[in-house]
Amino acid sequence: MDPATKMSGVDQSGARLRLVSDRAAGGTPGIQLSGVSKTYRSRDGDVPSLRPLDFHINAGEFFVVVGPSGCGKSTLLKMISGLLAPSSGEIFVEGEAVTRPHGNVGIVFQNSLLLPWRNILANVMLPIDMKRLPRDEYLPRAMELLKLVGLESFEKKLPWQLSGGMQQRASICRALVHDPKIMLMDEPFGALDAMTRERMNVELMRIQRETGKTVLLITHSIPEAVFLADRVLVMTERPGAIAAIYDVPLRRPRSLDAMAEPAFTELVQRIRKHFFTQSALD
Amino acid sequence: MAEPNGPGGVSKALNAAWVRPFLFLIFIVVAWDLTIRLFRIPPYQIPAPGDVVVVLWHDWPELMRQAWPTTYATICGFLLSAVFGIPVAMLIAGSKTVESYVYPLLVFSQSVPKIAIAPLFVVWFGFGIIPKVISAFLLGFFPVVVSAVQGFKSVDPDMVDLARAMQGSRFRVFCAVNLPHAMPAIFSGLKVSVTLAVVGAVVGEFVGSNSGIGYVLQRSIGTFDLPTMFAALVILALLGVVLFWIVDRIERLVIPWHVSQREEVIFAA
Repeated sequence: MDPATKMSGVDQSGARLRLVSDRAAGGTPGIQLSGVSKTYRSRDGDVPSLRPLDFHINAGEFFVVVGPSGCGKSTLLKMISGLLAPSSGEIFVEGEAVTRPHGNVGIVFQNSLLLPWRNILANVMLPIDMKRLPRDEYLPRAMELLKLVGLESFEKKLPWQLSGGMQQRASICRALVHDPKIMLMDEPFGALDAMTRERMNVELMRIQRETGKTVLLITHSIPEAVFLADRVLVMTERPGAIAAIYDVPLRRPRSLDAMAEPAFTELVQRIRKHFFTQSALD
Repeated sequence: MAEPNGPGGVSKALNAAWVRPFLFLIFIVVAWDLTIRLFRIPPYQIPAPGDVVVVLWHDWPELMRQAWPTTYATICGFLLSAVFGIPVAMLIAGSKTVESYVYPLLVFSQSVPKIAIAPLFVVWFGFGIIPKVISAFLLGFFPVVVSAVQGFKSVDPDMVDLARAMQGSRFRVFCAVNLPHAMPAIFSGLKVSVTLAVVGAVVGEFVGSNSGIGYVLQRSIGTFDLPTMFAALVILALLGVVLFWIVDRIERLVIPWHVSQREEVIFAA
Protein backbone atom coordinates (compact mmCIF):
# COMPACT_ATOMS: atom_id res chain seq x y z
CA MET A 1 0.00 0.00 0.00
CA ASP A 2 1.92 3.02 -1.21
CA PRO A 3 1.18 6.51 0.09
CA ALA A 4 -0.16 7.62 -3.30
CA THR A 5 -3.15 5.28 -3.16
CA LYS A 6 -3.76 6.17 0.46
CA MET A 7 -3.98 9.86 -0.34
CA SER A 8 -6.25 9.48 -3.35
CA GLY A 9 -9.41 9.75 -1.27
CA VAL A 10 -11.01 6.69 -2.84
CA ASP A 11 -11.38 3.56 -0.75
CA GLN A 12 -8.82 1.69 -2.81
CA SER A 13 -7.73 -0.74 -0.14
CA GLY A 14 -11.30 -1.80 0.48
CA ALA A 15 -11.94 -2.28 -3.21
CA ARG A 16 -8.81 -4.34 -3.65
CA LEU A 17 -9.69 -6.57 -0.73
CA ARG A 18 -13.17 -7.15 -2.01
CA LEU A 19 -11.66 -8.54 -5.18
CA VAL A 20 -9.30 -10.79 -3.28
CA SER A 21 -12.17 -12.16 -1.21
CA ASP A 22 -14.22 -12.83 -4.34
CA ARG A 23 -11.57 -15.09 -5.67
CA ALA A 24 -10.76 -16.79 -2.41
CA ALA A 25 -14.20 -17.86 -1.17
CA GLY A 26 -16.68 -19.76 -3.24
CA GLY A 27 -19.81 -18.13 -1.81
CA THR A 28 -20.71 -14.53 -1.16
CA PRO A 29 -18.01 -12.70 0.77
CA GLY A 30 -18.91 -10.59 3.80
CA ILE A 31 -21.81 -11.35 6.07
CA GLN A 32 -25.19 -12.50 4.83
CA LEU A 33 -28.26 -12.75 7.07
CA SER A 34 -31.39 -14.31 5.67
CA GLY A 35 -34.53 -14.43 7.79
CA VAL A 36 -32.53 -14.45 11.01
CA SER A 37 -34.64 -14.10 14.14
CA LYS A 38 -34.12 -14.85 17.80
CA THR A 39 -36.66 -15.70 20.44
CA TYR A 40 -35.61 -16.38 24.02
CA ARG A 41 -37.57 -18.92 25.98
CA SER A 42 -38.37 -17.90 29.51
CA ARG A 43 -40.76 -19.07 32.18
CA ASP A 44 -43.35 -16.48 31.17
CA GLY A 45 -43.31 -17.71 27.61
CA ASP A 46 -41.32 -16.78 24.54
CA VAL A 47 -39.70 -13.38 24.43
CA PRO A 48 -38.94 -12.25 20.89
CA SER A 49 -35.63 -10.45 20.76
CA LEU A 50 -35.08 -10.04 17.04
CA ARG A 51 -37.67 -10.12 14.29
CA PRO A 52 -36.52 -11.77 11.05
CA LEU A 53 -33.62 -9.78 9.63
CA ASP A 54 -32.37 -9.81 6.06
CA PHE A 55 -29.31 -7.86 5.11
CA HIS A 56 -25.88 -8.22 3.65
CA ILE A 57 -22.61 -6.66 4.74
CA ASN A 58 -20.03 -6.40 1.98
CA ALA A 59 -16.46 -7.47 2.52
CA GLY A 60 -14.33 -4.55 3.64
CA GLU A 61 -17.37 -2.48 4.53
CA PHE A 62 -17.74 -0.40 7.66
CA PHE A 63 -21.26 -1.29 8.75
CA VAL A 64 -22.77 0.35 11.82
CA VAL A 65 -25.91 -0.74 13.65
CA VAL A 66 -27.60 1.92 15.74
CA GLY A 67 -30.60 1.35 17.97
CA PRO A 68 -32.11 1.85 21.41
CA SER A 69 -31.02 -0.29 24.37
CA GLY A 70 -32.39 -3.79 24.41
CA CYS A 71 -33.15 -4.01 20.73
CA GLY A 72 -31.17 -7.23 20.44
CA LYS A 73 -27.98 -5.73 19.02
CA SER A 74 -25.73 -7.84 21.21
CA THR A 75 -27.75 -10.92 20.32
CA LEU A 76 -27.05 -10.15 16.68
CA LEU A 77 -23.34 -9.96 17.39
CA LYS A 78 -23.31 -13.26 19.26
CA MET A 79 -25.17 -14.98 16.47
CA ILE A 80 -22.75 -13.76 13.81
CA SER A 81 -19.77 -14.95 15.85
CA GLY A 82 -21.44 -18.36 16.21
CA LEU A 83 -21.89 -18.25 19.98
CA LEU A 84 -25.67 -18.27 19.76
CA ALA A 85 -27.87 -20.14 17.30
CA PRO A 86 -30.64 -18.12 15.66
CA SER A 87 -34.20 -19.32 16.24
CA SER A 88 -34.82 -19.19 12.52
CA GLY A 89 -32.98 -18.23 9.39
CA GLU A 90 -29.37 -18.60 8.39
CA ILE A 91 -26.18 -16.59 8.71
CA PHE A 92 -23.33 -16.85 6.24
CA VAL A 93 -19.86 -15.52 6.96
CA GLU A 94 -17.59 -15.46 3.91
CA GLY A 95 -20.03 -17.78 2.17
CA GLU A 96 -20.11 -20.39 4.93
CA ALA A 97 -23.12 -21.10 7.13
CA VAL A 98 -22.50 -20.28 10.78
CA THR A 99 -23.40 -23.15 13.09
CA ARG A 100 -20.78 -22.87 15.82
CA PRO A 101 -17.91 -20.51 16.75
CA HIS A 102 -15.91 -20.21 13.54
CA GLY A 103 -13.10 -17.98 14.74
CA ASN A 104 -13.22 -15.80 11.66
CA VAL A 105 -14.19 -12.81 13.79
CA GLY A 106 -12.46 -10.50 16.20
CA ILE A 107 -14.63 -9.13 18.96
CA VAL A 108 -14.32 -5.87 20.86
CA PHE A 109 -16.68 -5.22 23.76
CA GLN A 110 -17.47 -2.04 25.64
CA ASN A 111 -15.14 -3.13 28.40
CA SER A 112 -11.72 -3.96 27.08
CA LEU A 113 -11.93 -7.30 28.95
CA LEU A 114 -8.18 -7.70 29.14
CA LEU A 115 -7.09 -10.47 31.46
CA PRO A 116 -5.44 -8.76 34.44
CA TRP A 117 -2.86 -11.53 34.88
CA ARG A 118 -1.55 -11.29 31.33
CA ASN A 119 0.59 -8.44 30.07
CA ILE A 120 -0.56 -6.50 27.02
CA LEU A 121 1.29 -8.66 24.52
CA ALA A 122 0.03 -11.88 26.13
CA ASN A 123 -3.48 -10.46 26.11
CA VAL A 124 -3.21 -9.65 22.42
CA MET A 125 -2.02 -13.22 21.83
CA LEU A 126 -5.05 -14.76 23.55
CA PRO A 127 -6.85 -15.73 20.30
CA ILE A 128 -3.67 -17.46 19.12
CA ASP A 129 -3.64 -19.54 22.31
CA MET A 130 -7.33 -20.33 21.98
CA LYS A 131 -7.04 -21.34 18.33
CA ARG A 132 -3.80 -23.25 18.99
CA LEU A 133 -1.98 -21.41 16.25
CA PRO A 134 1.83 -21.29 16.23
CA ARG A 135 2.90 -18.57 18.67
CA ASP A 136 6.19 -17.77 16.97
CA GLU A 137 4.46 -17.00 13.70
CA TYR A 138 1.98 -14.58 15.22
CA LEU A 139 4.24 -12.78 17.70
CA PRO A 140 5.64 -10.41 15.06
CA ARG A 141 2.09 -9.74 13.88
CA ALA A 142 1.01 -8.92 17.43
CA MET A 143 3.92 -6.52 17.79
CA GLU A 144 3.06 -4.94 14.46
CA LEU A 145 -0.55 -4.41 15.51
CA LEU A 146 0.54 -2.88 18.81
CA LYS A 147 2.69 -0.52 16.79
CA LEU A 148 -0.26 0.26 14.54
CA VAL A 149 -2.29 1.48 17.53
CA GLY A 150 0.67 3.21 19.15
CA LEU A 151 1.28 0.78 22.01
CA GLU A 152 4.66 -0.51 20.89
CA SER A 153 6.46 0.33 24.12
CA PHE A 154 3.72 -0.97 26.40
CA GLU A 155 3.68 -4.65 25.49
CA LYS A 156 5.18 -5.74 28.81
CA LYS A 157 2.81 -3.64 30.90
CA LEU A 158 -0.15 -5.09 32.75
CA PRO A 159 -3.61 -3.85 31.73
CA TRP A 160 -4.19 -1.78 34.90
CA GLN A 161 -1.11 0.28 34.09
CA LEU A 162 -2.79 1.61 30.92
CA SER A 163 -5.50 4.22 30.48
CA GLY A 164 -8.98 3.23 29.34
CA GLY A 165 -8.31 4.33 25.77
CA MET A 166 -5.05 2.40 25.63
CA GLN A 167 -6.74 -0.71 27.01
CA GLN A 168 -9.36 -0.49 24.31
CA ARG A 169 -6.64 -0.14 21.67
CA ALA A 170 -5.03 -3.31 23.02
CA SER A 171 -8.35 -5.12 22.78
CA ILE A 172 -8.62 -4.00 19.14
CA CYS A 173 -5.21 -5.58 18.55
CA ARG A 174 -6.47 -8.75 20.21
CA ALA A 175 -9.43 -8.77 17.84
CA LEU A 176 -7.11 -8.52 14.83
CA VAL A 177 -4.18 -10.72 15.76
CA HIS A 178 -5.50 -13.95 14.23
CA ASP A 179 -6.27 -12.06 11.02
CA PRO A 180 -10.04 -12.57 10.92
CA LYS A 181 -12.07 -11.27 7.99
CA ILE A 182 -14.54 -9.56 10.30
CA MET A 183 -14.31 -7.33 13.31
CA LEU A 184 -17.40 -7.21 15.56
CA MET A 185 -17.55 -4.26 17.93
CA ASP A 186 -20.20 -3.90 20.62
CA GLU A 187 -20.22 -0.25 21.71
CA PRO A 188 -16.44 -0.32 21.79
CA PHE A 189 -15.96 3.26 22.97
CA GLY A 190 -19.03 3.56 25.19
CA ALA A 191 -16.98 3.56 28.36
CA LEU A 192 -14.54 6.24 27.23
CA ASP A 193 -14.76 9.97 27.79
CA ALA A 194 -16.03 12.08 24.91
CA MET A 195 -12.64 13.38 23.81
CA THR A 196 -10.89 10.04 23.85
CA ARG A 197 -13.91 8.63 22.07
CA GLU A 198 -13.55 11.02 19.13
CA ARG A 199 -9.87 10.29 18.86
CA MET A 200 -10.53 6.56 18.95
CA ASN A 201 -13.11 6.93 16.17
CA VAL A 202 -10.57 8.55 13.88
CA GLU A 203 -8.06 5.90 14.87
CA LEU A 204 -10.49 3.08 14.22
CA MET A 205 -11.19 4.37 10.72
CA ARG A 206 -7.49 4.44 10.02
CA ILE A 207 -7.05 0.89 11.36
CA GLN A 208 -9.94 -0.34 9.24
CA ARG A 209 -8.46 1.29 6.14
CA GLU A 210 -5.03 -0.16 6.76
CA THR A 211 -6.24 -3.66 7.50
CA GLY A 212 -9.19 -3.76 5.10
CA LYS A 213 -11.38 -5.65 7.58
CA THR A 214 -15.14 -5.86 7.42
CA VAL A 215 -16.38 -4.05 10.51
CA LEU A 216 -19.75 -4.47 12.16
CA LEU A 217 -20.01 -1.89 14.91
CA ILE A 218 -22.88 -1.43 17.32
CA THR A 219 -23.46 1.92 18.97
CA HIS A 220 -25.99 4.12 20.74
CA SER A 221 -24.49 7.29 19.34
CA ILE A 222 -26.02 8.47 16.07
CA PRO A 223 -23.23 10.94 15.21
CA GLU A 224 -20.65 8.25 15.86
CA ALA A 225 -22.56 5.86 13.59
CA VAL A 226 -22.74 8.34 10.72
CA PHE A 227 -19.16 9.45 11.14
CA LEU A 228 -17.76 5.93 10.98
CA ALA A 229 -20.04 4.05 8.66
CA ASP A 230 -20.28 3.26 4.99
CA ARG A 231 -23.83 2.19 5.76
CA VAL A 232 -25.94 2.65 8.89
CA LEU A 233 -28.61 0.16 9.91
CA VAL A 234 -31.26 1.69 12.17
CA MET A 235 -33.03 -0.75 14.45
CA THR A 236 -36.42 -0.46 16.11
CA GLU A 237 -37.11 -1.11 19.74
CA ARG A 238 -37.53 -4.64 21.08
CA PRO A 239 -38.21 -6.90 19.36
CA GLY A 240 -35.54 -5.52 17.09
CA ALA A 241 -36.19 -5.13 13.41
CA ILE A 242 -34.70 -3.10 10.60
CA ALA A 243 -36.18 0.39 10.50
CA ALA A 244 -33.97 1.59 7.66
CA ILE A 245 -30.53 1.24 6.11
CA TYR A 246 -28.77 4.44 5.00
CA ASP A 247 -25.78 4.95 2.76
CA VAL A 248 -23.45 7.56 4.23
CA PRO A 249 -22.61 10.03 1.47
CA LEU A 250 -19.36 11.24 3.08
CA ARG A 251 -16.03 10.84 1.29
CA ARG A 252 -13.16 8.92 2.80
CA PRO A 253 -10.77 9.48 4.45
CA ARG A 254 -12.83 11.50 6.88
CA SER A 255 -11.52 13.81 9.54
CA LEU A 256 -13.51 15.15 12.48
CA ASP A 257 -14.35 18.12 10.21
CA ALA A 258 -16.72 15.79 8.35
CA MET A 259 -19.10 16.25 11.26
CA ALA A 260 -19.63 19.84 10.17
CA GLU A 261 -20.70 18.94 6.64
CA PRO A 262 -24.37 19.41 5.76
CA ALA A 263 -24.65 15.83 4.52
CA PHE A 264 -23.54 14.64 7.95
CA THR A 265 -25.92 16.75 9.99
CA GLU A 266 -28.80 15.98 7.66
CA LEU A 267 -28.32 12.22 7.98
CA VAL A 268 -27.94 12.46 11.74
CA GLN A 269 -31.23 14.35 11.85
CA ARG A 270 -33.00 11.79 9.72
CA ILE A 271 -31.82 8.88 11.83
CA ARG A 272 -32.71 10.68 15.03
CA LYS A 273 -36.27 11.10 13.78
CA HIS A 274 -36.71 7.32 13.81
CA PHE A 275 -36.27 7.18 17.54
CA PHE A 276 -38.07 10.41 18.19
CA THR A 277 -41.30 9.40 16.42
CA GLN A 278 -41.11 5.95 17.95
CA SER A 279 -40.90 7.11 21.52
CA ALA A 280 -43.63 9.69 20.82
CA LEU A 281 -45.93 6.80 19.89
CA ASP A 282 -45.24 4.94 23.14
CA MET B 1 23.65 11.40 57.42
CA ALA B 2 22.51 10.46 60.91
CA GLU B 3 19.61 12.90 60.99
CA PRO B 4 17.52 11.58 58.13
CA ASN B 5 18.49 8.07 59.11
CA GLY B 6 17.17 8.27 62.67
CA PRO B 7 13.41 8.85 62.32
CA GLY B 8 13.39 7.01 58.99
CA GLY B 9 14.86 3.96 60.68
CA VAL B 10 12.30 4.00 63.49
CA SER B 11 9.30 4.33 61.22
CA LYS B 12 10.79 1.71 58.95
CA ALA B 13 11.17 -0.69 61.86
CA LEU B 14 7.62 0.10 62.89
CA ASN B 15 6.43 -0.60 59.38
CA ALA B 16 7.70 -4.18 59.28
CA ALA B 17 4.58 -6.33 59.08
CA TRP B 18 5.22 -8.27 62.28
CA VAL B 19 6.21 -5.38 64.54
CA ARG B 20 2.80 -3.80 65.15
CA PRO B 21 0.94 -7.01 66.03
CA PHE B 22 3.91 -7.92 68.23
CA LEU B 23 3.68 -4.60 70.09
CA PHE B 24 -0.05 -5.12 70.49
CA LEU B 25 0.56 -8.63 71.82
CA ILE B 26 2.94 -7.25 74.46
CA PHE B 27 0.27 -4.73 75.40
CA ILE B 28 -2.31 -7.49 75.82
CA VAL B 29 0.04 -9.61 77.94
CA VAL B 30 0.83 -6.65 80.20
CA ALA B 31 -2.88 -5.85 80.53
CA TRP B 32 -3.56 -9.50 81.34
CA ASP B 33 -0.93 -9.52 84.06
CA LEU B 34 -2.13 -6.22 85.53
CA THR B 35 -5.75 -7.39 85.55
CA ILE B 36 -4.84 -10.51 87.48
CA ARG B 37 -2.86 -8.52 90.01
CA LEU B 38 -5.44 -5.73 90.34
CA PHE B 39 -8.51 -7.94 90.76
CA ARG B 40 -6.69 -10.74 92.57
CA ILE B 41 -7.93 -13.40 90.17
CA PRO B 42 -6.96 -16.82 91.56
CA PRO B 43 -4.66 -18.93 89.37
CA TYR B 44 -7.23 -21.73 89.00
CA GLN B 45 -9.41 -19.28 87.07
CA ILE B 46 -6.84 -17.49 84.93
CA PRO B 47 -3.12 -18.25 85.14
CA ALA B 48 -0.59 -15.44 85.23
CA PRO B 49 1.30 -14.90 81.98
CA GLY B 50 4.54 -15.55 83.82
CA ASP B 51 3.41 -19.05 84.76
CA VAL B 52 2.43 -19.79 81.17
CA VAL B 53 5.84 -18.66 79.96
CA VAL B 54 7.50 -20.90 82.54
CA VAL B 55 5.50 -23.88 81.30
CA LEU B 56 6.32 -23.02 77.70
CA TRP B 57 9.99 -22.84 78.60
CA HIS B 58 10.11 -26.06 80.62
CA ASP B 59 7.80 -28.25 78.58
CA TRP B 60 8.84 -26.95 75.16
CA PRO B 61 10.21 -30.31 73.90
CA GLU B 62 7.13 -32.14 75.13
CA LEU B 63 4.81 -29.50 73.63
CA MET B 64 6.65 -29.69 70.32
CA ARG B 65 6.36 -33.47 70.34
CA GLN B 66 2.61 -33.12 70.88
CA ALA B 67 2.32 -30.35 68.30
CA TRP B 68 3.57 -32.60 65.54
CA PRO B 69 0.53 -34.94 65.25
CA THR B 70 -1.77 -31.90 65.36
CA THR B 71 0.19 -30.15 62.61
CA TYR B 72 0.27 -33.29 60.54
CA ALA B 73 -3.49 -33.84 60.86
CA THR B 74 -4.16 -30.17 60.11
CA ILE B 75 -2.07 -30.16 56.94
CA CYS B 76 -3.55 -33.43 55.71
CA GLY B 77 -7.09 -32.22 56.38
CA PHE B 78 -6.38 -28.88 54.76
CA LEU B 79 -4.86 -30.43 51.65
CA LEU B 80 -7.83 -32.77 51.36
CA SER B 81 -10.26 -29.87 51.59
CA ALA B 82 -8.35 -28.06 48.83
CA VAL B 83 -8.08 -31.16 46.65
CA PHE B 84 -11.78 -31.96 46.98
CA GLY B 85 -13.16 -28.47 47.51
CA ILE B 86 -11.88 -26.85 44.32
CA PRO B 87 -13.17 -29.53 41.90
CA VAL B 88 -16.52 -29.64 43.73
CA ALA B 89 -16.72 -25.86 43.33
CA MET B 90 -15.93 -26.21 39.63
CA LEU B 91 -18.78 -28.66 39.21
CA ILE B 92 -21.20 -26.52 41.20
CA ALA B 93 -20.27 -23.37 39.27
CA GLY B 94 -20.21 -25.19 35.95
CA SER B 95 -23.55 -26.95 36.09
CA LYS B 96 -26.91 -25.71 37.31
CA THR B 97 -28.02 -29.32 37.82
CA VAL B 98 -25.09 -30.18 40.06
CA GLU B 99 -25.61 -26.95 41.94
CA SER B 100 -29.30 -27.62 42.59
CA TYR B 101 -28.56 -31.13 43.87
CA VAL B 102 -25.37 -30.61 45.83
CA TYR B 103 -25.22 -27.06 47.13
CA PRO B 104 -28.21 -27.14 49.52
CA LEU B 105 -27.01 -30.43 50.98
CA LEU B 106 -23.56 -28.98 51.43
CA VAL B 107 -24.95 -26.05 53.40
CA PHE B 108 -27.10 -28.46 55.38
CA SER B 109 -24.11 -30.65 56.22
CA GLN B 110 -22.17 -27.58 57.26
CA SER B 111 -24.72 -26.74 59.94
CA VAL B 112 -24.23 -30.14 61.62
CA PRO B 113 -21.84 -29.49 64.53
CA LYS B 114 -18.67 -31.45 63.83
CA ILE B 115 -17.93 -31.98 67.50
CA ALA B 116 -21.17 -33.93 67.78
CA ILE B 117 -20.26 -36.40 65.05
CA ALA B 118 -16.52 -36.55 65.73
CA PRO B 119 -16.91 -39.49 68.18
CA LEU B 120 -18.37 -41.45 65.28
CA PHE B 121 -15.09 -41.18 63.40
CA VAL B 122 -13.30 -42.62 66.40
CA VAL B 123 -15.77 -45.52 66.39
CA TRP B 124 -15.14 -46.05 62.69
CA PHE B 125 -11.43 -45.44 62.41
CA GLY B 126 -10.03 -45.96 65.92
CA PHE B 127 -7.68 -43.74 67.88
CA GLY B 128 -5.23 -43.05 65.06
CA ILE B 129 -4.63 -40.02 62.86
CA ILE B 130 -7.61 -40.63 60.56
CA PRO B 131 -10.41 -39.22 62.76
CA LYS B 132 -8.41 -36.01 63.23
CA VAL B 133 -7.74 -35.66 59.53
CA ILE B 134 -11.40 -36.18 58.70
CA SER B 135 -12.45 -33.69 61.31
CA ALA B 136 -9.95 -31.10 59.97
CA PHE B 137 -11.09 -31.82 56.44
CA LEU B 138 -14.77 -31.38 57.29
CA LEU B 139 -14.16 -27.99 58.84
CA GLY B 140 -11.80 -26.79 56.10
CA PHE B 141 -13.82 -28.03 53.15
CA PHE B 142 -16.80 -25.68 53.24
CA PRO B 143 -15.02 -22.29 53.07
CA VAL B 144 -12.96 -23.50 50.10
CA VAL B 145 -16.10 -24.54 48.22
CA VAL B 146 -18.05 -21.37 48.99
CA SER B 147 -15.23 -19.01 47.99
CA ALA B 148 -14.25 -20.97 44.91
CA VAL B 149 -17.86 -21.16 43.68
CA GLN B 150 -18.12 -17.42 44.06
CA GLY B 151 -14.80 -17.01 42.23
CA PHE B 152 -15.77 -19.24 39.33
CA LYS B 153 -19.17 -17.60 39.02
CA SER B 154 -17.91 -14.02 38.98
CA VAL B 155 -16.19 -14.40 35.62
CA ASP B 156 -17.45 -11.87 33.10
CA PRO B 157 -19.59 -13.90 30.66
CA ASP B 158 -18.44 -11.61 27.85
CA MET B 159 -14.85 -12.64 28.54
CA VAL B 160 -15.78 -16.31 28.26
CA ASP B 161 -17.76 -15.59 25.08
CA LEU B 162 -14.78 -13.83 23.62
CA ALA B 163 -12.49 -16.79 24.27
CA ARG B 164 -15.10 -19.25 23.00
CA ALA B 165 -15.62 -17.22 19.83
CA MET B 166 -11.91 -17.76 19.18
CA GLN B 167 -12.71 -21.47 19.02
CA GLY B 168 -11.18 -22.17 22.40
CA SER B 169 -12.19 -25.58 23.71
CA ARG B 170 -14.03 -25.67 27.02
CA PHE B 171 -10.88 -26.86 28.74
CA ARG B 172 -8.66 -24.18 27.18
CA VAL B 173 -11.08 -21.41 27.98
CA PHE B 174 -11.35 -22.70 31.53
CA CYS B 175 -7.58 -22.75 32.02
CA ALA B 176 -7.00 -19.37 30.38
CA VAL B 177 -9.93 -17.43 31.80
CA ASN B 178 -12.06 -19.05 34.52
CA LEU B 179 -9.38 -20.64 36.66
CA PRO B 180 -7.00 -17.66 36.94
CA HIS B 181 -9.98 -15.41 37.52
CA ALA B 182 -11.15 -17.60 40.43
CA MET B 183 -7.68 -17.81 42.01
CA PRO B 184 -7.97 -14.81 44.38
CA ALA B 185 -11.30 -16.10 45.69
CA ILE B 186 -9.94 -19.63 46.02
CA PHE B 187 -7.02 -18.35 48.05
CA SER B 188 -9.21 -16.35 50.38
CA GLY B 189 -11.15 -19.57 50.95
CA LEU B 190 -7.94 -21.50 51.54
CA LYS B 191 -6.80 -18.98 54.15
CA VAL B 192 -10.01 -19.38 56.12
CA SER B 193 -9.83 -23.10 55.60
CA VAL B 194 -6.32 -23.53 56.97
CA THR B 195 -7.15 -21.86 60.28
CA LEU B 196 -10.36 -23.86 60.58
CA ALA B 197 -8.44 -27.06 59.85
CA VAL B 198 -6.42 -26.41 63.02
CA VAL B 199 -9.68 -26.22 64.95
CA GLY B 200 -10.87 -29.40 63.23
CA ALA B 201 -7.74 -31.32 64.15
CA VAL B 202 -8.07 -30.25 67.80
CA VAL B 203 -11.74 -31.26 67.83
CA GLY B 204 -10.65 -34.67 66.55
CA GLU B 205 -8.10 -34.93 69.33
CA PHE B 206 -10.62 -33.84 71.93
CA VAL B 207 -12.98 -36.72 71.38
CA GLY B 208 -10.54 -39.52 71.09
CA SER B 209 -6.81 -39.39 70.94
CA ASN B 210 -3.79 -39.96 73.09
CA SER B 211 -1.51 -37.51 71.38
CA GLY B 212 -1.59 -33.97 70.02
CA ILE B 213 -2.22 -30.53 71.41
CA GLY B 214 -5.93 -31.27 71.73
CA TYR B 215 -5.06 -34.16 73.99
CA VAL B 216 -2.78 -31.93 76.08
CA LEU B 217 -5.63 -29.42 76.39
CA GLN B 218 -8.11 -32.08 77.43
CA ARG B 219 -5.72 -33.52 80.02
CA SER B 220 -4.70 -30.16 81.52
CA ILE B 221 -8.32 -29.06 81.84
CA GLY B 222 -9.03 -32.32 83.69
CA THR B 223 -6.27 -31.63 86.21
CA PHE B 224 -6.90 -27.86 86.42
CA ASP B 225 -3.38 -27.32 85.14
CA LEU B 226 -4.27 -23.95 83.64
CA PRO B 227 -0.74 -22.77 82.76
CA THR B 228 -0.21 -25.88 80.61
CA MET B 229 -3.60 -25.39 79.04
CA PHE B 230 -2.76 -21.80 78.12
CA ALA B 231 0.64 -22.88 76.84
CA ALA B 232 -1.13 -25.37 74.58
CA LEU B 233 -3.39 -22.57 73.34
CA VAL B 234 -0.34 -20.47 72.53
CA ILE B 235 1.11 -23.35 70.53
CA LEU B 236 -2.18 -23.75 68.64
CA ALA B 237 -2.29 -20.04 67.86
CA LEU B 238 1.28 -20.17 66.59
CA LEU B 239 0.43 -23.16 64.43
CA GLY B 240 -2.50 -21.31 62.89
CA VAL B 241 -0.42 -18.20 62.25
CA VAL B 242 2.43 -20.10 60.62
CA LEU B 243 0.13 -22.11 58.35
CA PHE B 244 -1.80 -18.99 57.41
CA TRP B 245 1.45 -17.23 56.59
CA ILE B 246 2.58 -20.11 54.37
CA VAL B 247 -0.68 -20.00 52.39
CA ASP B 248 -0.33 -16.24 52.11
CA ARG B 249 3.20 -16.63 50.71
CA ILE B 250 2.02 -19.19 48.16
CA GLU B 251 -0.78 -16.83 47.17
CA ARG B 252 1.74 -14.11 46.43
CA LEU B 253 3.69 -16.51 44.26
CA VAL B 254 0.68 -17.78 42.35
CA ILE B 255 -1.22 -14.53 41.77
CA PRO B 256 1.31 -11.70 41.87
CA TRP B 257 -0.91 -9.70 39.49
CA HIS B 258 -3.54 -9.48 42.20
CA VAL B 259 -1.78 -9.12 45.53
CA SER B 260 1.21 -7.00 44.78
CA GLN B 261 0.62 -5.23 41.53
CA ARG B 262 4.18 -4.09 41.31
CA GLU B 263 5.57 -7.37 40.15
CA GLU B 264 5.57 -8.18 36.49
CA VAL B 265 3.92 -11.33 35.26
CA ILE B 266 6.38 -13.25 33.17
CA PHE B 267 5.34 -13.81 29.61
CA ALA B 268 5.14 -17.55 29.31
CA ALA B 269 3.16 -20.18 27.45
